[in-house]
Amino acid sequence: MAADLQIACGAGLRRVAGRPGLTVWRSALVLVSLLVGLVHAGPNVESWQTSVGAKVMYVHAPDLPMVDVRVVFDAGSARDAELPGLSSFVNGMLNQGAGDWDADSLALRLEERGIELGSGSLRDMAWVSVRSLTESEVLDAALETAREVIANPRFDAGAIERVRQQMQIGLRYSLQSPGTVAQRRFFRTLYADHPYAHSPSGEEDSLARISRGDLVRFHERYYVAANAVVAIVGAVDRAQAERIAEQLTTAMPTGRHAPPLPPPPAVSGGELRESFPSSQTHIYVGQSGMARHDPDYFALYVGNHVLGGSSLVSTLGEEVRNKRGLSYSVHSYFSPMRVQGPFLMVAQTKNDQADEALKVMRDTLARFVSEGPSEEELEAAKQNLIGGFPLRIASNGKIVEYLAMMGFYNYPLDYLETLTDKLAAVNVEQVRDAFSRRVSGQAGIAVIVGGSG
Amino acid sequence: MVRILLRTYLLGLVLVSLPAAAQVSEFKLDNGMKVIVKEDHRAPVVVSQVWYKVGSSYEPDGITGISHALEHMMFKGTEAVGPGEFSRIVSALGGSENAFTSRDYTAYFETLSVDHLERALQLEADRMRNLLLDPAEFAKEIAVVREERRLRTEDKPSGKVYEQFNAVAWRASPYRNPVIGWMNDLEHMSVDDLSAWYKRWYAPNNATLVVAGDVEPGAVRAMAERHFGPLQPSDIQSLKPAAEPQQAGETRVEVRVPARQPYLLMGYKTPIVGRSDEPWEPYALFVLSSVLDGGESARLARELVRGSGIAASAGADYGTYSRLPGMLLLDGTPTDGHSVAEVEQALRDAVARLREELIDEAELKRVVTQAVASKVYQADSLFYQAMEIGTLETIGLDWRLIESEIDAIKAVTPEQVRTVAQRYLVDDNLTVATLHPLPMDQQASQAPAGAGGRHGS
Repeated sequence: MAADLQIACGAGLRRVAGRPGLTVWRSALVLVSLLVGLVHAGPNVESWQTSVGAKVMYVHAPDLPMVDVRVVFDAGSARDAELPGLSSFVNGMLNQGAGDWDADSLALRLEERGIELGSGSLRDMAWVSVRSLTESEVLDAALETAREVIANPRFDAGAIERVRQQMQIGLRYSLQSPGTVAQRRFFRTLYADHPYAHSPSGEEDSLARISRGDLVRFHERYYVAANAVVAIVGAVDRAQAERIAEQLTTAMPTGRHAPPLPPPPAVSGGELRESFPSSQTHIYVGQSGMARHDPDYFALYVGNHVLGGSSLVSTLGEEVRNKRGLSYSVHSYFSPMRVQGPFLMVAQTKNDQADEALKVMRDTLARFVSEGPSEEELEAAKQNLIGGFPLRIASNGKIVEYLAMMGFYNYPLDYLETLTDKLAAVNVEQVRDAFSRRVSGQAGIAVIVGGSG
Repeated sequence: MVRILLRTYLLGLVLVSLPAAAQVSEFKLDNGMKVIVKEDHRAPVVVSQVWYKVGSSYEPDGITGISHALEHMMFKGTEAVGPGEFSRIVSALGGSENAFTSRDYTAYFETLSVDHLERALQLEADRMRNLLLDPAEFAKEIAVVREERRLRTEDKPSGKVYEQFNAVAWRASPYRNPVIGWMNDLEHMSVDDLSAWYKRWYAPNNATLVVAGDVEPGAVRAMAERHFGPLQPSDIQSLKPAAEPQQAGETRVEVRVPARQPYLLMGYKTPIVGRSDEPWEPYALFVLSSVLDGGESARLARELVRGSGIAASAGADYGTYSRLPGMLLLDGTPTDGHSVAEVEQALRDAVARLREELIDEAELKRVVTQAVASKVYQADSLFYQAMEIGTLETIGLDWRLIESEIDAIKAVTPEQVRTVAQRYLVDDNLTVATLHPLPMDQQASQAPAGAGGRHGS
């Protein structure tokens, strides 16, 4: 869901909560939008370039003896070209041996120092994250290892076959869920032959076709300084942060930034039904949404917060869940991406209620598009977004993701500081106007997967 | 990636709290409600959590899932606050709220800007004693809960395996029932059942308030006294022990559902912190679990995923903290060309080696180092800090155990790890569940719906 939003509010919770089914939440943990930031005197964001040309975003957070580093590249699945899954494959190979270390010694080197290394790849961006204590021996080892992981992955033949197999099995596992099947089908339909059409996890046959040469070429082209943003948050001062950024990027060639993505195609609406051996039917209804830096960004974002920002307090939640008990998790969202991401409404209900749920969702959207939110609804949404700012940046882990996002999408350094004003300025007329121009109350694509289809 | 997808089950010990002289205050209201305040002044925000000592392990047969269903209804109105109003008020304050139910607890939380804490406490105090439980609201909400069950379990092969696994592993322990409840029980639950459950468990002397964030303990105390102080305590009846009898032989269950990947889940019954005759045992089990699966350098990743390559993923998980004894779990997914049986054998071999050989000092050192680093990292999350305190208190342990945890882990010896392997990781104490995938494209292959009983379908 929300493919290119990268802050999962569930992450910390899930770790504590343990096994699914062991802890059951009242409402689904939905990805929190990246839009929200801080109110007064947010973190002081500084930025500069490393000597090889990587952009750095930095915030000093002195309270805990730790540092978070996140290096993002314009190297997501939108760069896969003819080989869906290539970006994820390359990303998954990074920690499987780099520089002088094979996968075993690399893992040991990190873990015997308590260093955490992560990585991932979505449609727009691919990233490597490092969390380390600030103790110098530990931090040096973390940076040295991360530098090699990013710049000099080995792409050993055995590791390639292992990761290929893991990706294929991961893909099959995800296709056991009717929700995943519906989401993939939605993107394929909405984006047709656009690079956003396929899932970052690829396809079984494309994964089988990817060669070592493909991996090496992709890495050489996209994991370069001109295509990178380094975000740093922690108990390191500016001078230390500069050294950290240099250490991390020194082995990286300067290279070139990835080329612009084409605009998404115009796709007309339609209804697609697919059977699935499930007791619930998953519904994905939507259309083309907005890009980062879209002039309607704030009106659409705040408007959607009223429409379906959460399962509990939103018009969709009220109509589908609270009034009718049709679905546990129902919400809508815009995924603002490099070029237009989707606008989506999502719900799931037992098979014989699917048509009713779909109708309620469509009627709710149509009414919202034609009438817009009430003054009270809009005010409540703005209060939630503005009042909630401090929560969204209350940890180093959250701030570093914001920095990476801001650097990646070229937001100004005062982005977070000016957000509340921009949210506060949104009025009912702007929302109504933006939705009536940008969102069709009638058409759109509906993908319905479950039961007998 | 794959590992993350498959291992959502298997997360390590909840390693808790920060070493830096944690500013924690504790006090009790006259009505018996405990309040614990953890100061963290990094940002002007606060997490408020109200924990009730009730969860699925408190539930008798026939009404499984009632704690969770009640949790849903806690948002459906009191005399003072209408249905859904709670969420709208917190939302308009810029806050987020949610709730969760587990085997051993039900908890409600708000995360907000610190100046709105009092309103959150006022709302929580109100619904602790004044819930309305309207039958029409219940009829809709129980339908939502059944949809939730379909989403989490009915249509999720790994969820089904986990449910069936617990159902056969535990004979008497209430851990055999799913937190969300059996579908048949959800279909026959009434608002009167909920009303009785609410009266029995929702009282200040069965609750703990945990507040973490940019607060002064004195101010929290005053607020807690203002809002929770006037609430009457209840006579909370103690639970029967429901102790699990000694298992006397391996138990197996096969789950046949439409799926694309086979899967294996194994568990050995183990003691837990605070309930073990020898207090070091749970910590030795934690170390053991981390030797198997404490990251990419741990044995299962190194030997099964990378070495022999028979598993696409393999994991281990030991829950240190629970109200009743739990299990050390192992799981795995075979790669193409290998079978679940081979993965099972490899996991059994890994366990046998722990029974026979001492772990390396280097492995032990790695586990300790990771535990120490985790303590620092976890201090970055306010929610986590409150969660660990609430969990321990609610399962009947002292939250101060958090502070001695690292020392307890450091004290574990390789001999102790071998000893707990010999004592608990034995075949007679083992349950094994396997997922046997049926074709995805055959509707007829679905388990019959509403087949009744302990069926999970």
